[in-house]
Amino acid sequence: MIDAPAIAFQILQSVFVVLAAPLLLGWANQCRAWLQNRSAPSILLPYYTLAKLFHKDAVIAHNASAVFRVTPYVMFGCMWLAAGIVPVLATDLPFAPAADIIALVGVFALARVFSALAAMDIGTAFGGLGARREMLIGFLAEPAMLMVLFTAAFISGSTQLNTIVETLGHREFAIDPSLAFAAVAFLMVLLAENARIPIDNPTTHLELTMIHEAMILEYSARHLALIEWAVAIKLFAYMTIGIALFVPWGIAEAGNWGALPLAFAALAAKLAFAGAGLALLETLLAKLRLFLAPEFLSTAFLLGVLGILTHFLARG
Amino acid sequence: MEPLASPLLDSLVAAVSWLVIGALALVPAGNAFFARRLAFPLGALIGLGLAGFGLQAIWLPTQQMTLPLGLPDLPFHLRVDPLAGFFLMLLGSVSAGISVYATGYFREEPAGRLALIGLQYHVFLASMAFVILADDAYLFMVAWETMALSSYFLVTTDHKLPAIRSAGFLYLLIAHLGAIAILLCFGVMQGGHGDYTFDTLRSAELDPRWATVAFLLAFFGFGAKAGMIPLHAWLPEAHPAAPSPVSALMSGIMLKTAIYGMVRVIYDLIGGVRWEWGMLVLAIGAGTTLFGVLYALMQHDLKRLLAYHSVENIGIILLGLGMSMVFVGFGHPAAGALGLIAALYHTLNHAVFKGLLFLGAGSILHATGLRNLNDMGGLIHKMPHTAFYFLVGALAISALPPLNGFVSEWLTFQTALQASILENGVVRSLLPLFAATLALAGALTAMCFVKVFGIAFLGRPREPRHAAPDAAGDQDHDAGMMERLGMAWLAAGCFVLGLFPTSFLLMLNRVAVSLTGQGLREGAVQSNWLWLVPIESERATYSPIVFLIVIVCVTLLTFILVRRFYHGRLRYSEGWGCGYSELTARTQDSADAFGQPIRHVFGPLYLMQRHMPAADDPAPRFSLKIEDRHWYWLYLPVARLTEYVSSKIALLQQGRISIYLLYSFVTLIALLVFVR
Repeated sequence: MIDAPAIAFQILQSVFVVLAAPLLLGWANQCRAWLQNRSAPSILLPYYTLAKLFHKDAVIAHNASAVFRVTPYVMFGCMWLAAGIVPVLATDLPFAPAADIIALVGVFALARVFSALAAMDIGTAFGGLGARREMLIGFLAEPAMLMVLFTAAFISGSTQLNTIVETLGHREFAIDPSLAFAAVAFLMVLLAENARIPIDNPTTHLELTMIHEAMILEYSARHLALIEWAVAIKLFAYMTIGIALFVPWGIAEAGNWGALPLAFAALAAKLAFAGAGLALLETLLAKLRLFLAPEFLSTAFLLGVLGILTHFLARG
Repeated sequence: MEPLASPLLDSLVAAVSWLVIGALALVPAGNAFFARRLAFPLGALIGLGLAGFGLQAIWLPTQQMTLPLGLPDLPFHLRVDPLAGFFLMLLGSVSAGISVYATGYFREEPAGRLALIGLQYHVFLASMAFVILADDAYLFMVAWETMALSSYFLVTTDHKLPAIRSAGFLYLLIAHLGAIAILLCFGVMQGGHGDYTFDTLRSAELDPRWATVAFLLAFFGFGAKAGMIPLHAWLPEAHPAAPSPVSALMSGIMLKTAIYGMVRVIYDLIGGVRWEWGMLVLAIGAGTTLFGVLYALMQHDLKRLLAYHSVENIGIILLGLGMSMVFVGFGHPAAGALGLIAALYHTLNHAVFKGLLFLGAGSILHATGLRNLNDMGGLIHKMPHTAFYFLVGALAISALPPLNGFVSEWLTFQTALQASILENGVVRSLLPLFAATLALAGALTAMCFVKVFGIAFLGRPREPRHAAPDAAGDQDHDAGMMERLGMAWLAAGCFVLGLFPTSFLLMLNRVAVSLTGQGLREGAVQSNWLWLVPIESERATYSPIVFLIVIVCVTLLTFILVRRFYHGRLRYSEGWGCGYSELTARTQDSADAFGQPIRHVFGPLYLMQRHMPAADDPAPRFSLKIEDRHWYWLYLPVARLTEYVSSKIALLQQGRISIYLLYSFVTLIALLVFVR
């Protein structure tokens, strides 16, 4: 059932994702700078930032508990696991059956719960505020995400990402109305879950409008580096989930190692496009008031439900 | 052929031993030495034994027995089949942990109270065992009522407080409304034979209309005990009133006997499940789930909050059960079996993690005297063990992998994803919506337990009294040895149920086969201890072990790499207040503040009274009161109607002997006329 090259490939893919994730973030930042007529930072800037943070001395509050110190590692581990089970280059991932799409959502929820707990650990006002807002976004985004994934699961008759991608990849190139609804919903969830505009602003310096940044105010040095890295992997994982669900063409099928170079090129092109699109969206949109977030995400949820209903209707 | 083991006889012995322990607990010798030192550990041992017998019963053929007890010509019948075996296992294993904990928790009670608690506690346990073992309506009702009464006395342990007396009264009232409905249900099912053994009820062919009446009576009768809306009102009152181990027993196990009753009556005794029934169960289940979690988010009393979560989890169980009934009703027994398995799995899971959480709440109450979350904070530093166990329970109830709550929600989702095999287009489109309800409830539960754990255990103490130990020096201690042992047992249960779901899946498959005649599809047989495959391997797989190993490995690897290539240097300082210097412990989020986004989003669902202090108030104090709308549209009108009717009936009572003689005379004449 499990063969050695597949396992080697699984490990290679996981390492590749972890190493490549900051690059995607750097690319998106670079595009955004260009769009905003600023001189762009190096695409490698996220790596420099991580290296700088790892070299610093960590500072933590006197009353930090074990939860606070464990959380960066747990978050990083969760995101690494998530990145490992999303078919990025090939659908032949021996670890993927361990966790299907529902478990994938569970992994993201686990990371979110730990980060919210860590935010409340020191007992500052902003930590609690960030935790509460993050959980608000979380409980709105999670059902919407599940609806999107259920649409794909109903179409392919499976909740395993490998099978879903193989099924969807074999269909002819046509716009499926249920997948169109799901794609829009997924895009909205992606923006919210990754703390991007219009829900949250990753570059904000205003504590009162922060969500994600408010939660990690207490972190520094290697802890902060791990969290930032985890955030980059999360964005990468979400983008590859979107690619796997909606534009899977080009991915290498099980056992077909010769298709890997092509799959790699296709992935790079898709991600470059997605990163530029993210930068474009962040340039065009303004941040929403926090209490418009429920409307934004319930729209995503309804679109997801519409996707499922359309699938049932279209099938008769 | 004589079977090698007789789980029925063994379980009967176990249940009777609980009664004996209860009676012995009354012995006052040596400052109630027996009740204080021996009763609860012995009860826990018997619980372990019972769990073993239940486990045996799942795999052995059904056994029956008639006891030479009861009324003349109406002996007690006992029976144990896989369903009963499963619930005996639940009762035994969860009560074992709670009893160990109770040894520590009740250690310092005065002798008189302790003796009574020991009696009622073990009678309560024994009555639950008899509810599960009963094979006729008579014994079932006797055990059911004993369960209600013994738990009533346990709830009103602190009967000197008026609030607790009224909570107990409300509990007793709704318990009896439910009991009447169950009694009527048995009456409908026997269909005029006058024979109340379950064998007769099982073989009786009911007209579809009468079957629906019986279903409705059973559903609402047992639902009143389970705490589904709109009959949930007793639950958030009674659970906080009871001592914590009793809350754990009631929420963890007693509610599950109602689920047992529902499954027993609907699948086994009535039989011929209809999909319309399933839709009703689904609708009420979805309402119960959302109501429970949304009201839980508004609570700041820890035990009340947990009680509302019990309401929510009963809703989740009903969602699984309802999906199962829909599939069985439409003639898809394999999918129906999966739904039933999901519901029963969640029943067991909820018993384990809710028991654990109530015990954790009890330890907090014991150590600090606090139940109000708004006064807690920073307990993780003083109670690290309790904090760890509570965190396990909190992650489990939030349905996070790889713990047990996730497995049953995963199975429920998998059931809902089978919707495409249904022929009825409306039902097919509705099932994913119920799954969406479950997804929403799961995410809201995670938010609620971030609130509970974050506010109670993390941060800084909110009340200065708890910031430093007082003169006596032993305030806010961690839970004692026995308390910890009890919590550790249930926390281990959360891990075992989460990590080895396949063995439980196969066990529950046997229960499903015994009830619906068919189990999971062939593909599910591919399940082994590593891979959980409920349908077939192309459709869905989940392996919590691989999941856990991978996540632990990558986390450790990260830790080692970071330490190896960089350094572990660490400095301590004050928390960073973003430049604000006056951040005190009171500027942290309170439990009410944490629920504020929910109040904003779901505002119309609550009946809210808020007091906002004015800007120039020298001692500002925010207060918030959330009330349950059900009181105003259901309970109070019914109460008023009852009062009105009884005031009219009271006119009969004139207090004069001549009037009463007149009544007797009229009755006599009427009897002479009508009865020949």
